[in-house]
Amino acid sequence: MSGFPTLLRKEVLRFWRVGVQTVAAPVASALLYLVVFAHALSGRLEPFPGVTYLQFLVPGLAMMAMLQNAFANSSSSLIQSKVTGNIVFILLPPLSASDVFLAYLLAAVVRAVAVGLGVFVATLWIVPVPVLHPLWALAFALVGSGLLGVLGILAGIWAEKFDQIAAFQNFLVMPLTFLAGVFYSVHTLPPAWQAISRLNPFFYAVDGFRYGFFGRSDVGPGTSLAFASAALAALSWLALHLLARGWKLRH
Amino acid sequence: MSARHAVEVRDVHKRFGAVRALAGVSLAVEEGEFFGLLGPNGAGKTTLISALAGLAQPDSGCLAVMGHDVARDFRAARRALGIVPQEIVFDPFFTVRETLEFQSGYFGLRSNGAWIDELLERLALAPKARANMRSLSGGMKRRVMVAQALVHRPAVIVLDEPTAGVDVELRQTLWSFIRDLNAAGHTVVLTTHYLEEAQQLCSRIAMMKDGRIVALDSTARLLAAFSERVLRVKLAGGTLPESLAGGARLDAAGWWRIPIADMAHVERSLARLRESGAVLEGLEVAEPELEQVFVRIMHREQDVAFPP
Repeated sequence: MSGFPTLLRKEVLRFWRVGVQTVAAPVASALLYLVVFAHALSGRLEPFPGVTYLQFLVPGLAMMAMLQNAFANSSSSLIQSKVTGNIVFILLPPLSASDVFLAYLLAAVVRAVAVGLGVFVATLWIVPVPVLHPLWALAFALVGSGLLGVLGILAGIWAEKFDQIAAFQNFLVMPLTFLAGVFYSVHTLPPAWQAISRLNPFFYAVDGFRYGFFGRSDVGPGTSLAFASAALAALSWLALHLLARGWKLRH
Repeated sequence: MSARHAVEVRDVHKRFGAVRALAGVSLAVEEGEFFGLLGPNGAGKTTLISALAGLAQPDSGCLAVMGHDVARDFRAARRALGIVPQEIVFDPFFTVRETLEFQSGYFGLRSNGAWIDELLERLALAPKARANMRSLSGGMKRRVMVAQALVHRPAVIVLDEPTAGVDVELRQTLWSFIRDLNAAGHTVVLTTHYLEEAQQLCSRIAMMKDGRIVALDSTARLLAAFSERVLRVKLAGGTLPESLAGGARLDAAGWWRIPIADMAHVERSLARLRESGAVLEGLEVAEPELEQVFVRIMHREQDVAFPP
C-alpha cells in the first residue's frame, strides 16, 4: 500500500492544529478588506447590472484568500521541513514523486477550500451573494487553489531559507493576486492593462470563480477554466519532474 | 548485482563541488552481520549512508540493499532499510506516537500498533507517547528517531553515530535492543567515534579515510594485525632503559607503551626497569584495542612505509 494517504493526513493535520493562524486569520483579514472597501467605495457604480460593488467583492476576496493560503500551505510546509531537516522522514520511505506531489497539493487545496468557505459563510452576515452556478464556482476553487498549491511546492523545493519564500510571496503571489481583478472588473481598465491582465493566470481563476456566483464575468468561464487548467498542468508537470529528479532535495 | 548481500556498494564516486566525498568505495555487508563503519570526520561515512538511503545521488557506481538497487528499485530498497540520521531532527507539530504512526504509514503499513507499542516499550518511550516532540530532551528525541527507523522492521538497520552526546542509560537501552534485533537476524551497520563500542559490538569493520576504504576485515583480525597487548608504565624518576625503548612509544598523557607478547615478557620488562633504577608512578597491562588499530591505520595512510 502507498504512503500517500498518510502523508496527506499529516499535511492536513499540520495546518489544522494551528487553525487559528492558518484558517481563521485569513478569513478575518478578508472580512477586514470587505468592511474597509465597503466604506471607502460605497458610491461606486455596479460592476455588473444588478450586482452591487460589495457583492462583486465577495467572490474576489474569497478567491484571493484561497490562492494565497494554498501557496502558503505547501511552501511553508516544505521550507520548514527543509530548514529543520525533518524532510528526511519523507525522503527515506518508499514514497514516489507523485505520492509526495499529490499529498502536498491536496493538503493545500483542502486548506484553501476551508478558507474560501469561511470567507463565504462569514460574509453572509454582511452581504449575501447569490450562487447561480455552484459547479463552476467549485471547479474554479479547485483549479485556482491547485495552481497556487503547485506554485507553493515549486517555491518550497527551490528555496533554501524562509526569506526566499517570503520574496516569492511578496513579489510574485501578492502582486499577481492583487492584479487579478479582485477589486475591479478588468473591463474598466485601459486596453493595454486589460491585455496585460489576461496574461495573468490568477485572473482566470478569479474571473471564472465570480461567474459561478453572478453568471457574469469578463471572460467566458470555459475559456477561463481552460487557461487556468493549462497553467496548472504545466506547473504540475514541472513539479513532478523536479521531485522525481530529487532536485534540491536529494543531493 | 549478483549474489544477495544485505548491503552492496560497488565503485561509488561522489563529489560535492570541489570536495571529493567518495572516491571509489566498494564493500559488501552480509545478512545478519553487525558491521562497523569507522573513520575520522569528513571521511565520507555519512555520504556513503546517504547514498545508500537515496538522500544523495552518486556520480557513478551502484548501491543495493538486500539485492534491490537503491535507484532502480527504490521502493523495495527503502523498505529494507532503516536509517537513524546523525543530526537530531523532529516534526514539532506532533506527539511521539503520532510521529511513529505517520512514519509507519509512509511505508504503507496501517495496523502497526502492536509493534509501535513494543518500540515505545523497548526504547523507554512509553511514558512520553502522548508528549509533543518539542517537549522532549535531546536524548529522548534520539530514541524517537531510532523508533522511526525501526517502525517498518527493516532487514538492514543503519545507525549513524547514534550515541553522540547521549547518556549512559540510553546507550545501554539502545545497545541491548539493537543486539536483540541483530540476534533475530537484522543486519546492523554502525558508525561511531566511540571505538570501544565498535570493538564490543561489531564483528567486521571497515575504516574510511578521504572517501576511500583503507581497511576492511573482521574485528579480531584487525586487532591481531594492528594492535597488541602493551605494558603501560608511567615513570616518576629515571628513564626507560635502552633495552626497552626500542619498541616503546610515549603517549600524550606521558605513559610509555611497551609491546609485550606474554606474561613472562612483562616480568622481564619489569626486571629491566628495576635494574635501570627507574621509579614507577603507574603500571598496567592493556589488552589490544581498536583505538590503536584506528590510529595505526590512519597513520599508515600518511606513511606508506609502516609495516603492517
